[in-house]
Amino acid sequence: MAKSLGPVKRKFSPWTDPAAVPFIRFENITKRYGDFVAVDNLTLDIYEREFFSLLGPSGCGKTTLMRMLAGFEEPSEGRILLQGKDLSGVPPYRRPTNMMFQSYALFPHMTVEKNIAFGLQQDGLPKADIAARVEEMLKLVKLESFAKRKPAQLSGGQRQRVALARSLAKRPRVLLLDEPLGALDRKLREETQFELMDIQHTLGLTFLIVTHDQEEAMTVSDRIAVMDKGLIMQVATPAEIYEAPNSRYVADFIGDINILECTVTDNAGDCLRDGHPPAVRLLSDGLQIAVEQDCKVAVGDTVGFAVRPEKVRISLDEPEKTGFNTAHGEVWDIGYLGDFSVFLVKLDDGRILRAAQANVSRLVDRPITFGDIVWLTWPLDAGLVLTR
Amino acid sequence: MAETGASSQTNPLRWLVVAVPYLWLFLFFAAPFFIIFKISLADTAIAMPPYAPTFDGFGTIGDFFAQLDFENYQFLTEDPLYINAYLSSLRIAFISTLLLLLIGYPMALAMARARATIRPTLMMMVILPFWTSFLIRVYAWIGILKPEGLLTLLFQAIGVLGPDEQVNIFRTDYAVFIGIVYSYLPFMVLPLYAALEKMDGTLLEAASDLGCPPWKAFWKITFPLSLPGVIAGALICFIPITGEFVIPDLLGGAETLMIGKTLWTEFFGNRDWPLASAVAVLLLLALVVPIVIFQNQQKKVG
Repeated sequence: MAKSLGPVKRKFSPWTDPAAVPFIRFENITKRYGDFVAVDNLTLDIYEREFFSLLGPSGCGKTTLMRMLAGFEEPSEGRILLQGKDLSGVPPYRRPTNMMFQSYALFPHMTVEKNIAFGLQQDGLPKADIAARVEEMLKLVKLESFAKRKPAQLSGGQRQRVALARSLAKRPRVLLLDEPLGALDRKLREETQFELMDIQHTLGLTFLIVTHDQEEAMTVSDRIAVMDKGLIMQVATPAEIYEAPNSRYVADFIGDINILECTVTDNAGDCLRDGHPPAVRLLSDGLQIAVEQDCKVAVGDTVGFAVRPEKVRISLDEPEKTGFNTAHGEVWDIGYLGDFSVFLVKLDDGRILRAAQANVSRLVDRPITFGDIVWLTWPLDAGLVLTR
Repeated sequence: MAETGASSQTNPLRWLVVAVPYLWLFLFFAAPFFIIFKISLADTAIAMPPYAPTFDGFGTIGDFFAQLDFENYQFLTEDPLYINAYLSSLRIAFISTLLLLLIGYPMALAMARARATIRPTLMMMVILPFWTSFLIRVYAWIGILKPEGLLTLLFQAIGVLGPDEQVNIFRTDYAVFIGIVYSYLPFMVLPLYAALEKMDGTLLEAASDLGCPPWKAFWKITFPLSLPGVIAGALICFIPITGEFVIPDLLGGAETLMIGKTLWTEFFGNRDWPLASAVAVLLLLALVVPIVIFQNQQKKVG
């Protein structure tokens, strides 16, 4: 079955354009519940047609932030601007945002059709227009034959589609999605993620999604805001968040990573390779590390060195001596993931480093196994110095 | 499946479990009903018991059946008193149920929307009157409503009424309505509360999000979803109010016509047991319809 795909996606990065006007602006937003600060003096810009994710563990304030945009909560301090207009005091039913609820919140006494038509009826559209829009939405989420069913007669995936159709029916300026795919199984979730991106692209809407699932955020978003305890830790594209996290927290939250505590031994700007940034030299408990990175660290500073497992090469043979980025240890555990194997290597000093290897051949018995003495190496541009 | 079926058929305990409630219903509902039905077909007599024929054994059973007839039912349709009493009971029950809904719904809604920590307290306050005897509570209303009662004193004290004026609602339909609404309010509030309390609050957020202001959302979401509670509460109140005797007897006046009171007069005042029985049988039949509706509704909900 050929799946119809939307137009080929183009590079989209209005946040790099200083002249671009933000579509939604959270301006010094603070939200307190009694003594508890849910959102702490947070400022954030979201641009039109952006697919933006708020990512963080539960209780980090991401849902509160979204609910303030929807109008269910008012900020304790600061203001929210939508296309330059202050939303303070505007009730939810007068805001041009629509929300897809985590629980879907479908009206149980109404059919699928009536659920989708609900928002349109509130606007007092003519009956024929409502019917046409409902039909269009049912087609969009591929539920044409379920129009007369009640929510209780649908599966979880179908309910989720009805919820999406209902929230899209009014063509909101901004669609808010609160953990939209949490209740779906993995396969359906992945499928739906791509459908969401497709719908967002086709309709040209701004999507703001709240999730604790980093994979989901990585897949769908143009940009991600990683949050912790009411603060934004980093706002960047998925690739930047993954490859250049700005702190130990972000590095650790997104994906798998090795973090070693180090002391800076040299940052004199000596260039090891032409055309690359100068190398910073670090020492981590006897382990010599060199990183090609422009960073303002001084000799003696305590920093973190982060390197993703898939960038660490594992080998049974002793590599060519370079004097840095080489560790030696014993295979302590192996995680076989099908596409990848993750090796947990116990270094001579007892620390565990993780190295991932793509399983490129169909060998069931891998050459490296438990207890093997292995060498770990990584290139000069694989790791990252983390000062926070 | 077949195996469990066989074992359950052979298990006598299983039959006992089913038999006990049926036996109970037979002894305390079906049997008395048939006795009353039989009396309703008899004629009054100056005797003990005050009707004829009485069942004297199987020897004269042919005679016994020959004397039974539907004369009493015919009499009920001929005398407008009884039809009026039935209609008046239904009217009072209908108006009372409406008043109960109007008062009970906001109470139940407020309870359901209250903070979870104070809900048990509110619930307690609704149930608390049950701790005092129903009869005593109705008598207390006499003390409040009678012309020289507490209500008059209060109104005189705050100047609504002059020193020589009195509240004259005792022994009127108004007093009956007050008594009924007061007595039955918990029966209305509790099913409504049960229906409203389990409603998902995010539905109202969703409605608001889709452009529906709160007052409209009440009629589009909250009320339709509470309908099972409304129907349950209305029937639980309507059915017993129709046959209510104590409240109209204590608070109502001569013009308060209710079938329960008529029945009492026939039975104790006129010692016309057969006619009273006929009134009771018809009252039961008149209530079967709402009871059946109620049970169907419960089935749908369950």
